[in-house]
Amino acid sequence: MRIDTRTTDGITVLDIHGRITIGEGSVEMRNKLRELLQAGKKDILLNLGDVSYVDSSGIGELVSCYTTVTNQGGRLKLLHLTKKVQELLAITKLLTVFESYEDEKKAIGSFK
Amino acid sequence: MDAELLTRFRYDDYDLKPLGDVTQRTNSAQKGEIEISFASELRYLDIIQVVSDSITRMLNFDDDTRYWVGMSVRESVTNAILHGNKMDEGKRVWVRFDLSPDRLVIYVRDQGAGFDESKLPNPLDPRNLLRPSGRGIFYIRTFMDDVRYSVLAEGGMEVRMEKRLNNKLKSDQEGEANAN
Repeated sequence: MRIDTRTTDGITVLDIHGRITIGEGSVEMRNKLRELLQAGKKDILLNLGDVSYVDSSGIGELVSCYTTVTNQGGRLKLLHLTKKVQELLAITKLLTVFESYEDEKKAIGSFK
Repeated sequence: MDAELLTRFRYDDYDLKPLGDVTQRTNSAQKGEIEISFASELRYLDIIQVVSDSITRMLNFDDDTRYWVGMSVRESVTNAILHGNKMDEGKRVWVRFDLSPDRLVIYVRDQGAGFDESKLPNPLDPRNLLRPSGRGIFYIRTFMDDVRYSVLAEGGMEVRMEKRLNNKLKSDQEGEANAN
């Protein structure tokens, strides 16, 4: 897994590449979030468009990211969910928890 | 040991070719059994998933079904390694695929103490929605047609997961009906 960080209109966008599975990616994501929150960057958009595979641990990791950010008074939203990730979130009623977008401009605008 | 992946193929009259069209598949008497065993290390997950994908491809499952069966196998093996065998590399996990004309049955067995499935928290309960874990078995139950857990008399836990081919036939027929 690789995480690229960029900022658009003051919102931190994390482009996630690769897999979010058991033993893969969780440390990177947690470290990155901790680093951002410590720097006061609390509005975060996770771009999952280039994520190739997510298992139940990966879904749990997304939930952990969400709670970590919201507990710090921040907002974490999702961008470009693949069909499979969308199904996994829907089955476990997590689409009601996460705010997700298909369009990056709309996603960025939603933080305003 | 790196190469401690033992693969055992036991065929009756199984033919390693796509089973052809639905009628041919349903009427054929082909069956086979494939068993793999390995030490409790997460790095073997990808190998098991490749085997699962190959088998479901051979059985002509559609792409979505293959994906979800593969994920169910992966989740079950993860549970066996992590929760069953507690990552003890001295303990093994067995995965067996039973191929028959009308269904694929997959068994995943570990050497752990087992658990009472009825005591697992419901991941859909609003109080559990934000828990970071506890969704694997729920996903398996969603994607497979029949799932049973049993504590084995000789020790260890086994999950039996079944995916029926006639369900695919049914969905194919519905798809065709919708297309008409």
